Amino acid sequence: MTTDAQTERNRWLLLTPALTILTLAAAGPLLIVVVYSFLTAGDYGGVVWTFSTDAWFSVIAERDFFDETLSFSDAHLSIFWRSVKLSLMTTVVAFLVGFPTAYFIATRPPHKRDFWMLLIMVPFWTNLLIRTFAVMEIIRNEGVVNTVLMKLGLIDSPIQMMFTEFAVTLGMFYVFLPLMVLPIYASMERMDFSLVEAAYDLYASRWKVLRRVILPLVKPGAVAGSILVFVPSLGAYVTPRIMGGGKQLMLGNLIELQFGQGRNWPLGAALSITLLAIVMVALIIYVRSAENGETHHG
Amino acid sequence: MARPRSFDVRQQTGFTFVAICCFVLLYLPIILLVVYSFNAGTSIAIWEGFSWQWYEAAWNNEKVQEATILSLIIASSASLVATSVAVMAALATTRTGKFKGSGLVFAMINQPLMIPEIVTAVALLLMFAMIKVSTGYTGIWYLIIAHSAFCIPFAYMPIRARLQGMDLNLEQAAADLYGQPWQVFRRVTLPQLWPGILSGAMLSFVVSLDDVVITEFVKSAGQDTLPTYMLGQLRRAITPEVNAISTALLAISIAMVVAFYLLSKSKEK
Repeated sequence: MTTDAQTERNRWLLLTPALTILTLAAAGPLLIVVVYSFLTAGDYGGVVWTFSTDAWFSVIAERDFFDETLSFSDAHLSIFWRSVKLSLMTTVVAFLVGFPTAYFIATRPPHKRDFWMLLIMVPFWTNLLIRTFAVMEIIRNEGVVNTVLMKLGLIDSPIQMMFTEFAVTLGMFYVFLPLMVLPIYASMERMDFSLVEAAYDLYASRWKVLRRVILPLVKPGAVAGSILVFVPSLGAYVTPRIMGGGKQLMLGNLIELQFGQGRNWPLGAALSITLLAIVMVALIIYVRSAENGETHHG
Repeated sequence: MARPRSFDVRQQTGFTFVAICCFVLLYLPIILLVVYSFNAGTSIAIWEGFSWQWYEAAWNNEKVQEATILSLIIASSASLVATSVAVMAALATTRTGKFKGSGLVFAMINQPLMIPEIVTAVALLLMFAMIKVSTGYTGIWYLIIAHSAFCIPFAYMPIRARLQGMDLNLEQAAADLYGQPWQVFRRVTLPQLWPGILSGAMLSFVVSLDDVVITEFVKSAGQDTLPTYMLGQLRRAITPEVNAISTALLAISIAMVVAFYLLSKSKEK
């Protein structure tokens, strides 16, 4: 028999390798980003090791080149706004499609549910780049939709769908949809369907059953799904880069731009911390609402 | 309003319709991508007959060969490292109550799932840039370490799930029969844990193989994995060669995920 102290020591010994790698290559470097955001930008990229808060000002403001006055940076603000707007749109559309899909799967016979969930998860585990690329091939000017419409004679020239906000939203919806279905399905599978039947027996309308019985019961799953879609959408880099083609920049792309040759590394660092902060706020809201949900039902 | 007695809450026609559309939407682009990788022409919308030519072109492309080898080396190494440390971490954190610092440990392990990839990518870029300048080393170990870190939660989850479902009595019995801790682990715990370890290793392999953002930021000049090579190609004219590479990658991922699914089903029986 081992003593408590030994168990404790063994536990930390076993945890050391994992924690070391995670500290070195995931959590630790975040501190470097914080430090860099307070340095001065070098003339040709990189940094000069003198303290400066310029980067943090540049996140939302810009200094006029001639008279040194500060004003809001329209370019940055419009990218912030687009990131939030498109992420919200993605989340809403993913919910509108994901909720009925989860309901459909949860109401299949038990032995068939796993198969339907596998169908949802397989695309998720395949390459995000390839899936974005697949959507692009559908809506490109020379893509499937435009070719078919032109062959049918419905349009004379291709409809420009790529490089629009629609394209970015569609791409993000497509790649992040499984993240919505998964948690909603998980709470729906545990839901007691006799409650739904009882509501119908008491002459509740379909809409009322949905709003008053089903939605409150699957709320934790719906909140989890929304966060799981919103957070990666906000930090998306690959999908807006391909679907937006440099015209519909989101936060991830704005950050990347700061690390090219002769760009502004401290600003890139400050923008990264800003993105991280927004994500953390979203996650805290999620944890809070999950805790409330538990006390409600438990 | 009277309803027929046979009314079934499980049949919501509207929901079923949306669900069917959802599955079609999910698979249509992927299926088209695969189909057009076999197209004889250069178009990705007009079918001109069956051909292997884009696979041949990809196979004979030296850049693609190099990228494939690098991708496989990184994915195997990262998967090996992540799975080994995840087994230890799972043994340390499963089947015990809350211990001092357990919240912090879970936050650390799951942290790669929560922090936006672009932020981690920037952080690693800055750190490795400093190391590259001071040591001059620009090899593949940066990529292996970075990939290992974000693969850890994916390796950890199935191993932990498997451990939680295991019978503690067997280990207790082995220990009572004077088995040394290492013997008990090797002879009793490990054989039962294999499916979880294999699942974890496969998930990490797939996750590493698919990574674009962190690889794009961490890689040194001239290093390309398949995804970063493809991202570079998208700037130029798109040929079905990219479709062919995509199809090959899809095949690997789907095979792994289906194997993972079957493994996780087998443990329920």
